[in-house]
Amino acid sequence: MGKIVAMTGNIAIAEAMRQINPDVCAAYPITPSTEIMQEFANFVADGLVASELVAVESEHSAMSACIGASAAGGRVMTATSSQGLALMWEMLYVAASSRLPIVMTVVNRALNAPLNIHCDHSDSMGARDSGWIQIYSENAQEAYDNLIQAIRIGQYSGVRLPVMVCLDGFIISHSIERMELLDDEKIQRFIGPHVSYYPLLDTEHPVTYGPIDLQDYYTEHKRQQVEAMKNAKEVILEIAEEFKALSGRGYGFFREYCLKDAEIAILVLGSAGGTAQAVVDKLRAEGVKAGLLKLRVFRPFPLEELAESLKNLKVLAVLDRSDSFGAVGGPVFNEVRSALFDLKKPPKVINYIYGLGGRDLGLEDIERVYQELQKIASNGQITKLVDYLTVRE
Amino acid sequence: MRLKGWKEIPIGGLIIEAGNSEEYQTGSWRSFRPIRDEAKCIHCLLCWVYCPDSSVIVEDGKVVGVDLEHCKGCGICAKECPPKVQAITMVEEAEFAEY
Repeated sequence: MGKIVAMTGNIAIAEAMRQINPDVCAAYPITPSTEIMQEFANFVADGLVASELVAVESEHSAMSACIGASAAGGRVMTATSSQGLALMWEMLYVAASSRLPIVMTVVNRALNAPLNIHCDHSDSMGARDSGWIQIYSENAQEAYDNLIQAIRIGQYSGVRLPVMVCLDGFIISHSIERMELLDDEKIQRFIGPHVSYYPLLDTEHPVTYGPIDLQDYYTEHKRQQVEAMKNAKEVILEIAEEFKALSGRGYGFFREYCLKDAEIAILVLGSAGGTAQAVVDKLRAEGVKAGLLKLRVFRPFPLEELAESLKNLKVLAVLDRSDSFGAVGGPVFNEVRSALFDLKKPPKVINYIYGLGGRDLGLEDIERVYQELQKIASNGQITKLVDYLTVRE
Repeated sequence: MRLKGWKEIPIGGLIIEAGNSEEYQTGSWRSFRPIRDEAKCIHCLLCWVYCPDSSVIVEDGKVVGVDLEHCKGCGICAKECPPKVQAITMVEEAEFAEY
């Protein structure tokens, strides 16, 4: 048993970083992730970590410095949010395509304009095709646990990909929770030494990173990235098993709640999972066969596993905390609905866009979704495929 | 040259050994081929000095040929060949094509 503490999500992430003790961190402050690097900077100043902290002039530079440090052979971490992630865009692809296992905390926040500092998933969802592994956290404990596992997942042979650990801005980052910190030595033993494949600092074996790659080989390198993502699926589960042995807390691609015999269910990721669970409890007490699936791993997308888990439902509502303008529905909806397409008797699926710019998601809002699902389950009629939850007309 | 499959190459587009540009046969880029007139050549080696791809082959201080696997056909050798000598002519590659 580790130490039980009361801690915000941001401080929990900073604590995990202290325990991981990365070689290099390069970051630029942005709300609501600022506190992570602020606290970590204290650890550096107090000599509690051996990390080189690089204060850069922008997030583009932060990711660039992380790429350089990772290629050099270091264990590298950073954190950002929203506009910061957007400014890193170009370099996100370079990190993933160069197969550098950088671990980054993304404290989810809406994208401008208009200016908004509160939670939604537009930032990381926009980066879903950049080649990074994406793990979404439900609370501070899970964010802490995910970050520690991310170190192992990213550097695993056959994976070698950067990992984003996402947590909801303010809702998780700034709320104090009861959680468990594991012992420093246990974490060090769990993560082990950093493994670098082709470190630039190994001057005996010179390598070139990021050369020109034209029609003859570019496709092959992209195909390798596809394979790395496939491999990551197995590795994520393997590391989760090991982490369970360490902490007692088990994780998979997603968390099922009352799903086995459910007729209707909600699929959601992030902090809304806990809110939806409270509603499921209430509905179950009333005899409604309601269930919940809280998605943890969005990249790699667990297509077969989701189809297996959701196959007996009559109706499913996917809740998206970001919209995909011009598409039909949010990104999670589109991929989940596609995952169910090959089922013999697929459930009907509808989509709600919710929580944009930090708009609160109340129990009553989720209850309304379940009511709509019950209606569809009984008459088979979908009136609106995609709808906004809690929007004023 | 046989192109390798995705399982055979280093990940991330990395080039893991130094000096391997020699293996990259840039000769296929060429649209003009340098043809040297042995009778005119005075072996001043200016072409060898100026060739950006080290494709002029010299043995015992004399030009003996052009490495066509790497020569991109830029024509610098023909340009730098002294005006009084004019030993190198650039000939369109199509004339050497085998149909």
